[in-house]
Amino acid sequence: MTPRRVVVVGAGPAGVRAAQALVEAGVRPVVIDEGRRDGGQIYRRQPEGFTRTHAMLYGSEAAKAQALHSDFDALRAQIDYRSETLAWNVTPGQLHTLHAPSGETATLDFDALVVCAGATDRLMPVPGWNRAGCYSLGAAQIALKAQACAIGSRVVFMGSGPLLYLVAAQYVKAGARVEAVLDTSSAVPTPAALRGLLNRPRLLLRGLALKASLRLAGVTLLNAVVPLRIEGTADAGVSSVVIRDSAGAERRFGCDAVGMGWHLRAETQLADLARCEFDFEPLSRQWLPRIDDCGRSSTAGVYLAGDGARILGADGAEAAGRLAALAALHDMKHERGRAMFAAEHAGLRRTLATMNGFREGLAQAFPWPHAHAAALPNDAVVCRCEAVTAGELRRSVRELGSQELNRAKAFSRVGMGRCQGRYCGHAAAEIVAATASIPVEKIGRLRSQAPVKPLMMSAQEHD
Amino acid sequence: MTKPLPQPGGGRFVRLAETARPALHLLIDGAPASALEGDTLLVALLMHGRRVRSSEFGDGTRAGFCLMGACQDCWVWDETGRRLRACSTAVTEGMAVRTTPPASLWPVTPEVAARERGEVPR
Repeated sequence: MTPRRVVVVGAGPAGVRAAQALVEAGVRPVVIDEGRRDGGQIYRRQPEGFTRTHAMLYGSEAAKAQALHSDFDALRAQIDYRSETLAWNVTPGQLHTLHAPSGETATLDFDALVVCAGATDRLMPVPGWNRAGCYSLGAAQIALKAQACAIGSRVVFMGSGPLLYLVAAQYVKAGARVEAVLDTSSAVPTPAALRGLLNRPRLLLRGLALKASLRLAGVTLLNAVVPLRIEGTADAGVSSVVIRDSAGAERRFGCDAVGMGWHLRAETQLADLARCEFDFEPLSRQWLPRIDDCGRSSTAGVYLAGDGARILGADGAEAAGRLAALAALHDMKHERGRAMFAAEHAGLRRTLATMNGFREGLAQAFPWPHAHAAALPNDAVVCRCEAVTAGELRRSVRELGSQELNRAKAFSRVGMGRCQGRYCGHAAAEIVAATASIPVEKIGRLRSQAPVKPLMMSAQEHD
Repeated sequence: MTKPLPQPGGGRFVRLAETARPALHLLIDGAPASALEGDTLLVALLMHGRRVRSSEFGDGTRAGFCLMGACQDCWVWDETGRRLRACSTAVTEGMAVRTTPPASLWPVTPEVAARERGEVPR
């Protein structure tokens, strides 16, 4: 039997479990990881020399984090692990990578590619969010987990989603000062949202316990807020956050840092470059790559798992990563892999169905506030990379006739900056759709371009 | 609740734990600075000041945003002009960084210069 060339992108929960399944079947995968160490973002490992325990770092998820880390350590000799390496392009049957510290490039031929690219925070611009001291919620958590730092001495958290409360509670526990937690979603979930959340009752209870712990610590918690602006100066950065509360009153919270985010958005660039089909999901109002219930994309040989395919969270990512790898082995007619797939796929799919029900509940309980995005004032910066305002974007629609998102991007440069639309793209779509009076799913999807992150001009591919 | 640990002064980030690591020395825009082993460049910069760089588009200082290598808002440069992403670069002993790009990479246009002097309202 010829050896199967399988490449896994990502070493978070999905990537590690995919690699583990491949190794169990007797395949030695290449694992590409942009991080310096495995774990991904959720189970990010602190640098060597740090001494906090798993319990301190990961709280209720400590055992899962510990298991993932030790299982990966045990795999190391049986995989080709390439850390600090960016997968920057996919062409048919080939993945293109760059090792960041050395600048060395590689072209990897694959029979199967399992993309576990993860997610970033989903951001809604708020006037003033380009000021120094504004961070994503994920950033606030990384500062704490990986560097034992708070993003400021007086922090406001704003947005929606489970991470909002988790990060705020972690900050309080670590001894940071949290001024307020400002949630755009309502305090009481709808019956439909609650039905979804009840798929994982223990997780739901843990979320409620987080909120209770914040209240107990004396942190101001507000729901159904409308973010108005982040105040401060161009030099010194943020000094306060102003919102409208649910009673219609304007309220100001002094701070020197803001952590903000509206749940997560999938990192889908590699799937896009692999020419996978995408569908618009009305529930979360985002485009997601089309996958079957085992993680197969519409492109033969390309498999998608973890938050980069569906925002199921870490537990879902572990199941999805394993299932996608087994599906890849099955499709390659790998004998032992086929047996493993046959034995496990039904159970893994059941697990994923439960996780997906919970995901749908979360999406409804913490909705993306698309109407706020569409109504951003003209002088609000939408693109942080190049300081392009909502007004400039609207002008590209009204005066230049950009009724399609990629056209609006070409004219306004929103989505063309160095983050490549990761942080402005969803809000930009809402603004273009509202300005053109076209449903957001009809204005197109921002196309991904290689390289998926900026490279140095000196990086060269060798054959 | 524990009290935040002492700061070198003027920093944006606040250390909450892990302060017993060995010290490292670096130069930030030519000025001597210290960091702890395991610090990222971003943390080193934000323990000493409130900015990482200035926006090329005239809207003020920046201090990073995503900390996970996705937003590219924390670019700084070494003495040779090589670009470093501060959030994903570890500090090494004797490192020297610049928070302004070499002029050859990003020439300050007359428009940007005027805006920085406050002459052209945005």
